[in-house]
Amino acid sequence: MNEEIIIAGFGGQGVLSLGKIIAYSGIMEGKEVSWMPSYGPEMRGGTCNVTVIISDNKISSPVVQRVDTAVVLNQQALDKFEEEVKEGGTLIYDPNGITRHPERKDINIYKVDAARLAVELGNPKIYNMIIMGAILKARPILNDENVELGLKKSLPERHHKLIPLNMEAVKSGSKGVEQVHSI
Amino acid sequence: MSDVKLLKGNEVIAEAAIRCGCDGYFGYPITPQSEVMETLMERAPWNTTGMVVLQAESEVAAINMVYGGACCGKKVMTSSSSPGVSLKQEGISYLCGAELPCLIVNVQRGGPGLGTIQPSQADYFQTVKGGGHGDYKLIVLAPNSVQEMNDFVDLGFELSFKYRVPAMILSDGMIGQMMEKVTLSPKKPRRTEEEIIKEDGDWATTGKTADREQNVITSLALKAEEQEATNLRLQAKYKEIQENEVRYETYKADDAEYLLVAFGSCSRICSKTVDTAREDGIKLGMIRPITLFPFPTKQIKEFAKQVKGFMTVEMNAGQMVEDVRLAVNGEKPVEFYGRFGGIIPSPEEIRVALEKQLFNK
Repeated sequence: MNEEIIIAGFGGQGVLSLGKIIAYSGIMEGKEVSWMPSYGPEMRGGTCNVTVIISDNKISSPVVQRVDTAVVLNQQALDKFEEEVKEGGTLIYDPNGITRHPERKDINIYKVDAARLAVELGNPKIYNMIIMGAILKARPILNDENVELGLKKSLPERHHKLIPLNMEAVKSGSKGVEQVHSI
Repeated sequence: MSDVKLLKGNEVIAEAAIRCGCDGYFGYPITPQSEVMETLMERAPWNTTGMVVLQAESEVAAINMVYGGACCGKKVMTSSSSPGVSLKQEGISYLCGAELPCLIVNVQRGGPGLGTIQPSQADYFQTVKGGGHGDYKLIVLAPNSVQEMNDFVDLGFELSFKYRVPAMILSDGMIGQMMEKVTLSPKKPRRTEEEIIKEDGDWATTGKTADREQNVITSLALKAEEQEATNLRLQAKYKEIQENEVRYETYKADDAEYLLVAFGSCSRICSKTVDTAREDGIKLGMIRPITLFPFPTKQIKEFAKQVKGFMTVEMNAGQMVEDVRLAVNGEKPVEFYGRFGGIIPSPEEIRVALEKQLFNK
């Protein structure tokens, strides 16, 4: 298994920490992982992205031109990364604020209204874990137990009381994601 | 598995420093290496091991604090990124002239000038050929993974104390900012004053007793003969280092017809180029210098008998390629491909460059 994922969105959406949780969950599965952020002069509200690779083998390049899965959380990210998904790959997007929807016919496309689901769960901060749920549904490469362990590893202990809420968000994302195009 | 952590390269430098018994870190923040000092400040090792962590008023101050600490036989270090390392060059030359051990970390970014904050390898010349004045060398280690960021802190100090030559970890923004699995080294205690006196009392200023001559550390000699003697001693050491401390790694090179040469993060990108070329039946391999000084000159020369040609890939305009050409000495073509200013080359574009510059010749 070798899954190359890019997650892109606004700074503040939890893009980097979602990448970290995925990477930690990968470690819990006994996989090799890498986490490579874009680190331009970013700020809250600016764009940001992270490339996460989970693999059975030693990871050669942590930077890739084309990915298996792209998770895009705003219009700029969608415009930039839709074309970078490999043929037969997966695109997951949040339709909130999107005016031009994905157009490719040679990839699987999923959408998840994560902002709305987060409000329903009463905490906008768990937005990125709803996205996590959507990823796990679309690309079941990690099992839920390891995600929970990965969360534990990546969160400081004082935040461990929030793990049940986060796992609830994962469930909500898995349930709420909808496949809009399949190949 | 409990010891496996997911950390940034920069964070690992800090963790490894504390664990290897480092006595002092002196630095000044600069992207993309600021997490080194941030992590140290967060860990507050002065409460546990007694390690000093100090944000100096400038890079120049930091390197001179390193000089002071090193005089006392302490394990001291600094870190910065390209523009900051330029500021340290005078201090580095003095450290070399005074034959002091220390560790310097350069998490390179694009230059020249203030440049960008993205990864680059354009400080190869500065690091390997001497960015400061005088005939000196540093022991230069080029990590290509977060794990090696951990391993080379301890190794850097070990080699630096062995030869009393400053060691530099030449990393870049990619290795500094990325997270990977890492197994941190076991904890070592800091050396006691008694241990420093026992192991390094013949030169360090620590531990002057009534019956011992004072140790004077300086890089100044008013007589040219004295200075020539210092230079001869340094050159003898560099020769010994060249003979004994070369480290390199090969990847699918045993039967290779073409060989990529790359260090640090470029070697990661190149290994993917090797993999895809092998899938297409092309016998491509790679040699990765791990020590940039001492350079694996002999090993590369040896490959010149086996392969049809070389291509060096660097995130600069062609620096290490000069050392590769010196090693190959005209026996086979040595091509170059590079990106600069903070751009990381992709495995695919390296393949295109190979087709154009090497395979079709």
